[in-house]
Amino acid sequence: MASSIPASPTASAPGAASPWREAWRRFRRHRMAVASLAVIALLVASVVLGPLAWRMPIDAIDFSAMTQGPTLAHPFGTDDLGQDLLARMLYGGRISLAVGFAAMAMAVVVGVTVGAVAGISRGPVDAALMWLTDLFLSLPQLPLLLLVIYLFREQLKGMFGPEGGVFILIVLVIGCFRWMQVARLVRAQFFSLREREFVEAARALGATPWRLTWRHILPNALGPVIVAGTIDVAAAIIAESTLSFLGLGFPPDIPTWGRLLFDSKDHLDIAAHWALFPGAAIFLTVMAINFVGDGLRDALDPRRVLS
Amino acid sequence: MGAFILRRLALAVPSLLGISVVLFTVLALAPGDPFAELATNSNVPPEVREHLRASLGLNDPVASRYLHWLVAMLHGDWGFSFISRVDVSTLIWQRVPVTLGLIGTSQLLALAIAIPVGTLSAVKPYSWFDRIASTIALAGFSLPTFFTGILLILVFSIKLDWLPFVYRSDVEATGWHAVVEHVRQAIMPVCVLGLFQGAGWTRYVRSAVLDVIRLDHVTTARSKGLAERVVVTRHVLRNALIPVVTLVALQMPTVFGGAIVTEQIFRIPGIGSLLIDAILRNDTPVIMGVTFVFSVLVIVFNLVADLLYGLLDPRIAYR
Repeated sequence: MASSIPASPTASAPGAASPWREAWRRFRRHRMAVASLAVIALLVASVVLGPLAWRMPIDAIDFSAMTQGPTLAHPFGTDDLGQDLLARMLYGGRISLAVGFAAMAMAVVVGVTVGAVAGISRGPVDAALMWLTDLFLSLPQLPLLLLVIYLFREQLKGMFGPEGGVFILIVLVIGCFRWMQVARLVRAQFFSLREREFVEAARALGATPWRLTWRHILPNALGPVIVAGTIDVAAAIIAESTLSFLGLGFPPDIPTWGRLLFDSKDHLDIAAHWALFPGAAIFLTVMAINFVGDGLRDALDPRRVLS
Repeated sequence: MGAFILRRLALAVPSLLGISVVLFTVLALAPGDPFAELATNSNVPPEVREHLRASLGLNDPVASRYLHWLVAMLHGDWGFSFISRVDVSTLIWQRVPVTLGLIGTSQLLALAIAIPVGTLSAVKPYSWFDRIASTIALAGFSLPTFFTGILLILVFSIKLDWLPFVYRSDVEATGWHAVVEHVRQAIMPVCVLGLFQGAGWTRYVRSAVLDVIRLDHVTTARSKGLAERVVVTRHVLRNALIPVVTLVALQMPTVFGGAIVTEQIFRIPGIGSLLIDAILRNDTPVIMGVTFVFSVLVIVFNLVADLLYGLLDPRIAYR
């Protein structure tokens, strides 16, 4: 489409084709963001493929090698039962990252739905939904997370097994407490977009509200949502680690990074490595995701002037 | 100003009610029946069980159960702890000052870092100082509180042996020594919480100052010949702080979350560690009580932020 229009002298980036390519060009300017993207790719690849290469079992108890520092046999050292920490971290990393992405997906879906419904319908529906959003924003999240997990854990464990049940519960709960930002962003975008000429034109052509939302407004409101979603992945990973660190997340046989930290905190004096490796993994992941979020903000906000 | 405060207080009531509805719903939806044990006990005839349920109001419609519960909560009748047999309210009020002290000092530390650093970054954007400060802020904001706590303990308690890593409310010292001991044991928890929040707020302050510093009134102030210091503190910062106050208020739930984690790491006897202990021991009345107190605290802090907002921006206060 853009290629059929002669390029105006102001927007004369060579080969500026799709908005996505333009966004990628802007994203590449943020060097830390590009490096962080590589770090995330590496982390995902290693937790997905790592257990295939590093075949040490995660629960092989070896009392002759308890709380050892890093050695060749155990590059990340061992815990108080002599279990290999590298294997445990690779396995736990899968869960930590999966929770992060799944909770983000849930938060974005709920947030976009609430924000879009509020943004397209004016009046009481909008007011009620925004009241709900503000209420959720002022809830004390961690205490409620803990309360919900305390009350519902046993039931879900019975329904989906210990691993699946806790996973579903944690994703649902984190997702339920993170959608408000997205909802507010989407609503604000809808408010400004729905008065624009192209929406007016579509409406004049007889487009239904559903089509207006789905085809015309939502695609244009996506930029800030992508940024918020990226930050949400980091927040969800922190939330899961916090729950596990408090001993209320995943059970001990599922060594997520937060759980490893929880187990290590009573052995800090003799086995510092046990806490340092999972902690560094959380830190690195969260920081990389935040940097990517920063880069995306630069890339997807066309109003932002970059030198 | 009085009318403004009253109006804000009136606005806080619906959110308090909303939170109480959420809490009650969670509790009502939860599986598990306090009478489950009686149901399986064959020594208790069913009609006695039914009578007990009816006398305790368990067969009433949900709405009237909610009203009963709400009235009891508002009267301060929060039941007894299953574990220690103490009034839940006594248990909580003993510990609230510790938590508030921790949160208060750490927020002061956070603001003491965020406001100067964020302003300096924004006054000279993309300078070396700004780049370094922004990178450190993003890194600090990505360090979860539980990991910073463990790192500080590793460095300052285990390697250097400078600071105690377990917080004790009964310090064996008197006079000045006691004060010094209290300060020493509070340093690490306050730093953990304060640095984390400070890193996040530095980003807010920076972007808020950047938004204001381009406005015309700042140019006017400069062209009047005011010193840069005066321009920044009186004309830029005061305006920039208005959105920052809103963001700080929005962050309060996160701050409480951080306080829970910090109290748990350093074993500080506040309401956060009370909550965790209660959950680990299935002490439902205490869990409900603490969650309720946290909700009320969030609302109170939002109220304080609203008042500050009014102080910073006179146009809002007297509207």
